[in-house]
Amino acid sequence: MKHISLTIDGIEVITTPGRTILEAAAEAGIRIPTLCYDPRLEPYGSCRVCLVEVEGQGRGFLPACATPADEDMVVRTDTEKLRGIRRTIIELLLSDHPNDCMTCESAGNCELQDLAYEYGVRKPRFQGEQHHHEAIVDNPIIERDYNKCVLCGRCVRICREVQGVGVYDFANRGFEAVPGTPYNRPLTETPCEFCGQCVSTCPTGAIVSIPSKGKGRSWQVRKVRTTCAYCGCGCQIDLHVRDGRIVDVSSPLMVGPGEGNHCAKGRYGYGFVHHSDRLTTPLVRKEGELVPATWEEALGLVADRISKAVKEQGPDSVAFLASARCTNEENYLFQKLARAVVGTNNVDHCARL
Amino acid sequence: MTNSLEDLEQAACILVIGSNTTEAHPIVGLRIKKAVMKNDCKLIVAEPRRIRLCYYADQWIRQMPGTDVALLNGMMNVILSEGLADEEFIRERTEGFEEFKKIIEQYPPERATEICGVRPEEIRRAARTFASAPSAAIVYAMGITQHSHGVDNVISLANLAMLTGNVGKVGAGVNPLRGQNNVQGACDMGCLPNVFPGYQAVTDSQAREKFERAWGVERLPETPGLTLMEMTDAASRGEVEVLYIMGENPVISDPDVAHLKEALEGLNFLVVQDIFLTETAAYADVVLPAASFAEKEGTFTNTDRRVQRVRKAVEPPGEAREDSWIIAQVAARMGYNMGDISAPSVMEEIAGLTPSYAGISYRRLEELGELRWPCPSPDHPGTPILHVEKFTRGKGKFSPVEYRPPAEVPDDEYPLILTTGRVLLHYHTGSMTRRVQALHELDPENQVWVNPADAGRLGIQSGEEVGVESRRAAIKVRAKVTERVPKGIVFIPFHFGESPANALTNTALDPVAKIPELKVAAVRIIAGPDKDKLSFVRA
Ligand code: SF4
Ligand code: SF4
Repeated sequence: MKHISLTIDGIEVITTPGRTILEAAAEAGIRIPTLCYDPRLEPYGSCRVCLVEVEGQGRGFLPACATPADEDMVVRTDTEKLRGIRRTIIELLLSDHPNDCMTCESAGNCELQDLAYEYGVRKPRFQGEQHHHEAIVDNPIIERDYNKCVLCGRCVRICREVQGVGVYDFANRGFEAVPGTPYNRPLTETPCEFCGQCVSTCPTGAIVSIPSKGKGRSWQVRKVRTTCAYCGCGCQIDLHVRDGRIVDVSSPLMVGPGEGNHCAKGRYGYGFVHHSDRLTTPLVRKEGELVPATWEEALGLVADRISKAVKEQGPDSVAFLASARCTNEENYLFQKLARAVVGTNNVDHCARL
Repeated sequence: MTNSLEDLEQAACILVIGSNTTEAHPIVGLRIKKAVMKNDCKLIVAEPRRIRLCYYADQWIRQMPGTDVALLNGMMNVILSEGLADEEFIRERTEGFEEFKKIIEQYPPERATEICGVRPEEIRRAARTFASAPSAAIVYAMGITQHSHGVDNVISLANLAMLTGNVGKVGAGVNPLRGQNNVQGACDMGCLPNVFPGYQAVTDSQAREKFERAWGVERLPETPGLTLMEMTDAASRGEVEVLYIMGENPVISDPDVAHLKEALEGLNFLVVQDIFLTETAAYADVVLPAASFAEKEGTFTNTDRRVQRVRKAVEPPGEAREDSWIIAQVAARMGYNMGDISAPSVMEEIAGLTPSYAGISYRRLEELGELRWPCPSPDHPGTPILHVEKFTRGKGKFSPVEYRPPAEVPDDEYPLILTTGRVLLHYHTGSMTRRVQALHELDPENQVWVNPADAGRLGIQSGEEVGVESRRAAIKVRAKVTERVPKGIVFIPFHFGESPANALTNTALDPVAKIPELKVAAVRIIAGPDKDKLSFVRA
């Protein structure tokens, strides 16, 4: 069988076997809310936010993220009952949540906040005990604040399933459960690779990046999709730009070679762009010292010295070293400069190194 | 790479050799881990150091640095003698098998063991795992190529893939990992002394005519130029007078820094175009401030041949300018008009002259996000796997390879083998990552990794400063005593200018690829007050 067809919210949806209800719905443009779901991970079905009604299925509520779509299924995603269940789940989560969206790093990029907004949960109905953990800052990159943890297990799972490292596991039981490190060790004393995959998947502000704290909310930044400038994997990253500066990097999910996963260099290695050591003017050596010069002077000097060498010693007395860091277009122009303008094939780059 | 990154997940067996994948190519590392964790792929790691991938491996082979050919020949000997070769593939798609077989027959595992130090039963086991898997992929990086016999290593891997029919199919192939973001692209664009863009030979008159017409010049030079290592030699002899370096820092990345510095000083005129005043730029006569990747439009080509967009996010600082602008300005001052140098039009020019890029345009990239070459026409979807039907040159050729020892082997005077590489949090010459506060805090300084047995013999402790000396130079660096390197071998990352590992390495070149032997050098460690008699190199 190549295709299956089912009905979701009265719409006939055609999908391929093996897709979940959640995926089939998404293909048809129907959004089912989720909290513990991340397309990079195996379905987990723990938060119950994505429950849907399936006709003829006992009590009829199934998690859309973990239930395969089936031929002739009749699914409803947005009934009064379902909205009631979702509202209750959100109220329970908010009853033990610090509610400090005002200063939370994740506001605007928080799945819990979005759910509360969509379901109109303002004050939790339940008043109960609340956690008061201290935020953990035991390394320069990742901060953990378990007061904001919703126990979706996404950090635990991504570190294990995708990163293959397994830094976190649920420690303690019941009310005290948190996704902790072994013996509460600092991340620097675990095998953590500082890839930030856990940061990228955490749906709330429980795990956040330290370098970008306070530098710009998701709606205050312009996101520019580009290719990581480090290794040859070529991950696609989104640079977050505010006031002309890069303030964070995020990962478009299921896009490019990394599919939303990166390493520490791609995710946290952007600081060099605005470093005060950047060269800001041409420099020309005068009396043994490199001193600032105008473009006019520097370029004129370069062209003159190349022309002189060509005239006196022939084009092969000039050599060009291109860059494995520059773009294709720049490298193309560079070898064109060597071959067409100067007239030498002395052009190479550091591929071998 | 012949295959794609996604494709690696489908492999039933992966041989990783000479690649610390999880640190140098983290996303490829994820794919390999996923293959193991989800698809029961059998991972064979052949690597002297205990790298992170060893934790996921079915088998970890600890060959001596520089002995890969012996190991691989030993494996292929087992495959042949146990009848595990893919005879149909050999018959139909390859040539030169008989001659190859003669050489391989001379490498029974016992002989390989004597050279590479891996026990015969381990060689047998690896051979059986690899050859009996329905699909087996090979992944390698600089640990294979940066040797005086790097090309031999690569040929041996190709032999192994052909012998087992692991070419041109899903979950297989020979997959070199490109070290830097756009090494692939720089090669594709003809930044090589012997080829125009798209690997069209400069010696081919038709190719030359095509480029002469397109570039509006009368005659393009027809003899291949100098490679990087040859340029430095020519510079020290005074034959190269002007060197123009764009965005590279060879003083940190090249072997034998002393020799290189001499060459740079011997130049009449050195131009360096970069974003920082790098160790290399410090030698320049003119330094041109360039824009970083976040400050320009363009494309990079990644390790599995994906052409992807680079987009401008911020303005370059001060008067720094895009490299393309700088190049065109130099050309203009030499009387050549480069015309429209905006990235999309340069790509148009590239596509018009480079058959493998012919179907690539900014419009399509905008729409699709990526295109993998070969992409010969505007309606071609790109090519995830190479060599599906046949090899570029028709039949795949077996080239027998004999083991040759590294150019420098340890002796009484320099008893340890030095091997170099990267660490997770830093990148290449460190000019970028070491300026990122958080990464610097996590990994602030260089270390030489020493096995506890060697450390015990030398009386050195973790954290102690020692001198590491080769025939070429000495550097001062802190020791890290760890089982992750075997006895007799030390490892130093090459990112750190204040203790540059490449001051120690050997310039011995592979005769064909002209790649220096950065992965094997003989060194000694000097601890205690004696080390202060050394004169230490800093980049
Ligand atoms: S940063 Fe990466 S390795 Fe570290 S805990 Fe998070 S997911 Fe795991
Ligand atoms: S994020 Fe890491 S793995 Fe991805 S391209 Fe950048 S350096 Fe490579």
